[in-house]
Order: sequence, then C-alpha cells, then structure tokens
Amino acid sequence: MRMKPQTSEKIAKTLIWTAALSVLVVLVAILVYILLKGLPHISWSFLTEIPRSMGREGGIASTIVGTLLVSFVAIIIAVPFGIGTAFYLAEYTRETMVTRFIRFSAESLAAIPSIVYGLFGLSFFVISLHIGLSILAGGLTLAFMILPTIIRTSEEAILAVPQSYRETSFSLGGTKWQTIRKSVLPSAIQGIANGIILSLGRCVAETAAVFLTAGMTLHMATSILAPTRTMAVHFYLLAMEGISMDNAYGTAALLIILVFIINVGANAFVNKAMAKGK
Amino acid sequence: MDAKIKTQSLNLFYGDFHALGDITFDIPAHAITAIIGPSGCGKSTLLRVFNRMNDLIPICRVEGEVFLNGEPVNRADTDVVALRQKVGMVFQKPNVFPMSIYDNIVMGPRHQGVKNKGKLMEIVERSLRQVAMWDEVKDMLKKPGQSIATGQQQRLCIARALAVEPEVLLMDESCSALDPESTMKIEELMVELAQKHTIITVTHNMEQAARVSDMSAFMMIDEHHVGRLHEYSKTDEMFLNPRDKLTEDYITGRFG
Repeated sequence: MRMKPQTSEKIAKTLIWTAALSVLVVLVAILVYILLKGLPHISWSFLTEIPRSMGREGGIASTIVGTLLVSFVAIIIAVPFGIGTAFYLAEYTRETMVTRFIRFSAESLAAIPSIVYGLFGLSFFVISLHIGLSILAGGLTLAFMILPTIIRTSEEAILAVPQSYRETSFSLGGTKWQTIRKSVLPSAIQGIANGIILSLGRCVAETAAVFLTAGMTLHMATSILAPTRTMAVHFYLLAMEGISMDNAYGTAALLIILVFIINVGANAFVNKAMAKGK
Repeated sequence: MDAKIKTQSLNLFYGDFHALGDITFDIPAHAITAIIGPSGCGKSTLLRVFNRMNDLIPICRVEGEVFLNGEPVNRADTDVVALRQKVGMVFQKPNVFPMSIYDNIVMGPRHQGVKNKGKLMEIVERSLRQVAMWDEVKDMLKKPGQSIATGQQQRLCIARALAVEPEVLLMDESCSALDPESTMKIEELMVELAQKHTIITVTHNMEQAARVSDMSAFMMIDEHHVGRLHEYSKTDEMFLNPRDKLTEDYITGRFG
C-alpha cells in the first residue's frame, strides 16, 4: 500500500525537525553545563594571576597568554602559505599531476590525527631543529595542522567566484594579479576568512599537538622561544591528574567564551571590510 | 573603408575539435559589423579572438593571423593587456561588480595606474555622458552598481568599457538580456559610438542587425561542424539581396 503524499510529508517534516532540535538540545546542554560549572570560578584574579601549586590555586593568566601566542604564531605562518597555495591551485595552474598531488597531500594531511602532528613537531621542530619546547615550535606544528583546512576552504571560495568577474576584469585591460587582487579576492574574502576562523578555533582548542611541542610550563611566557601551557592543555591536566575540577571547568568555560569572542569579532571584522568594498 | 581588424586563414581548435575554419575578412573602422548565424556556429568564439579572451580557456588554440591596425594580435609576444585596452568588451549579461557605480567605472583606468581623484572623476563623467547616463546617476555614484535596473546596468557596463578609451568595442549579444526599451537605447548608443569607435556585435536578433549594422558577417557550420564565414557583405546588400540561398533562409527566419 502506498503512503499518501500528505502523510509522507508529515513524517518527513517531523523527522527532520526532530533531528535538528535534538542536535540543538545537546549543543545547548553541553554549553550550559560547562558554563554553569565553570563561570562561578572565573574572577578577576582567575584571569590575571599565574597558577600556583600546579593550578590548584591562583589563576590561569599564563595559559591565556600561551594560548593566544601559540594560535597567533600558527595563523601568521599558515595563512599566507595556505592562501598562496589556494590561489596557485585555483588560478595559476591547470589540472596536472602536480596539482593533483598537492590536493591529495592536503587532503591526507587533513585526515591525520593531531597527536601525530604533535609527534612530528616534537621530533622535527623541537629536537632536530633545536627550537626546544616553545611557543614557536607549537605554533609551527599547529600551522602544519591547519594548513589543509585553509588551503581547502580558500580554494573553494576562490572557485566559487563567477568566471564572469575574471573575464570582465581581463577585458578591461587588467593583468592576472590585478584581476585576482581587485575582482576575485574581494568576492572570495568571506569564504577565506571563514576558513581562517575555523582554523583559529582549532588552534585554540588543540591539546595533543601542543603539549608535545610547546610544553606544559606554568610560567608566564617571556618570548616566543619560551615554553608555555595553553588553556586546553591546562584543563586537560587539571582534570586528568585530579588537581582541581573547579579550575578545569573555569578554564573550559573561559575557552568557550574566547572561541565565541573570536568568531563574533572576526565575523564583524569581515563584514565591515566587505561593506567597505560595496 | 580602412580595415581596422583583418583576419587571415583563422582557424580555432578546442583540443581536437575544429571550431572555426579558415576565416579571412576585413572589419572596417568606425562602423558597426554584425556577426550573425545560428546558435553554436562560433560567433562568440570569433568575437573573443579579437581581444584574446579565449586565452582563458586552456585547451583553446588559435592558428592564422589577426591584425589590429596592422599589428599582429595572435602572436606569442603580443602584449595582451595593451590589446585589451584597445579592444573593449561588453558581455551578454550585465557583469556589474558588487561595488559602487563609481568603482565599477574606474576599474579599468585604475588597472592602468590612474590614481588622481580629479582625473578619475573626469573619466567617470565622460564615460557616463557617452552612454547618456550622467544625469540619471550623477547623484548616486556611491550606490551599489547592482542596485540599478538591468538596462541601466548594461549601459553602465558599456560606460565601464569606454572608460579605458578603447578603439574597438566587442558586444557579445549585449541586448539579449534586456527589455525592448533598453535594447532601443543601446542600439541608439551603438550608432552614436560608431562615429568614433569600431563596433563588432554578435546578435541573434536579425532586426537589430538590419537596423544598426553597416556590415554583416553570416556564419554557419559546415558538414563537419566547423564554423565558417558563409557570407560577408554590406548589411543592406545582404538583407535586400542575399547572394546565397542559405543566408536568405536564415535572415528571413526559416531556420536558426
């Protein structure tokens, strides 16, 4: 017996709404739980003091600074190379063995677990290059980790720009670079920025790749060659070693807020830049 | 009439596919030449030979010679950027960039390195006056170019092409997306621009070809699907007294 179209429509609608609402409920539940558990422990001194007795007491100032510096180094290194590679693949070359190889490598790199990047960073940057456990080594390792994401999202954004934009720019006597700079990039910038924001979120939240390369010291970092501990690593250790669940939740809540601020801030920045171009 | 553009034994291939076969003709200066013919006969492809737009298609290969003012167009050492400053193009759809009317028009001059604000403003006014749009938009130059009506957008695109001061203007079915009134405005504009420019237009609209063009080039595919120039003559002659039965059938609308 065949179902009436009205019935199947109702069933489909119910299932789809259920799926979406369940996901929403789970997401909100996690957020609310962490924030409820963590927010009471966040205070001015929690933000500004350095951890004492392994993080049982004091604040988390040095880990906030560590997180921001490691992520900053990673983004500064990965963004130019990632966007450059994306433009090379999308605009400067035909589909050849080389481009297929680059794309395949990038996709394979994206699928590798972050702990493997950590191990690579430890043996290559920290030991072979004698950089030592440091913000620089951590940032470099994270840069490798997010490179595939940046290449991929940027290339997709570039390829989504209508071909007519390129044709028009060329027809007006534009060179290839002028065409990319003035016609393609302004249209692709939103997609590229989304990839960067996504990558920044991954850097901020990363543990495995970071504690093997940037270290776990609780001292305030003094240079990018100094070791540090990031927030994610900090609350991993606080929870794992049973040092202080309260401070672990406090750090986690702060991390969520930090990621939220990064997202909102970056989006506002991109929208402002876009509005200027219109 | 002097020939502005000459082609000699022009052949064009997409990979193994022979798209244009042995096209030799002279396009006169300060006149409108219409390229007509059924869909898929290579009209737009031929048009895009004149500003080397086919370079964007990696598998496209052009053989034979093309000359602009006697200078070779289709050589490896041709300065393509300089060529495109002399040979402007207006596309089928109004390709207005998502930026202001002003920024759209100054894109070409900026490519050439013009930075002076006064000079750019002069170019904007001159270009918009040429397309009879200055009074319509002079108070809204900072508005998004995509916010105006489609017909206006196409005239904006013509103004943008004129801002580079090209000698030749290629129009690739530039009225096909427009309403009759906007089409009429653009036709009037074409006739006026032809006093100082050489215009080559691809069109599906026979009335339009008959109304505005001085010369008509009728293209047709042969039995091997190669696009060939079937008949080329003064428009009056072709439409009143076609030399060939096929041309007559096409322009009277018996096929196409």
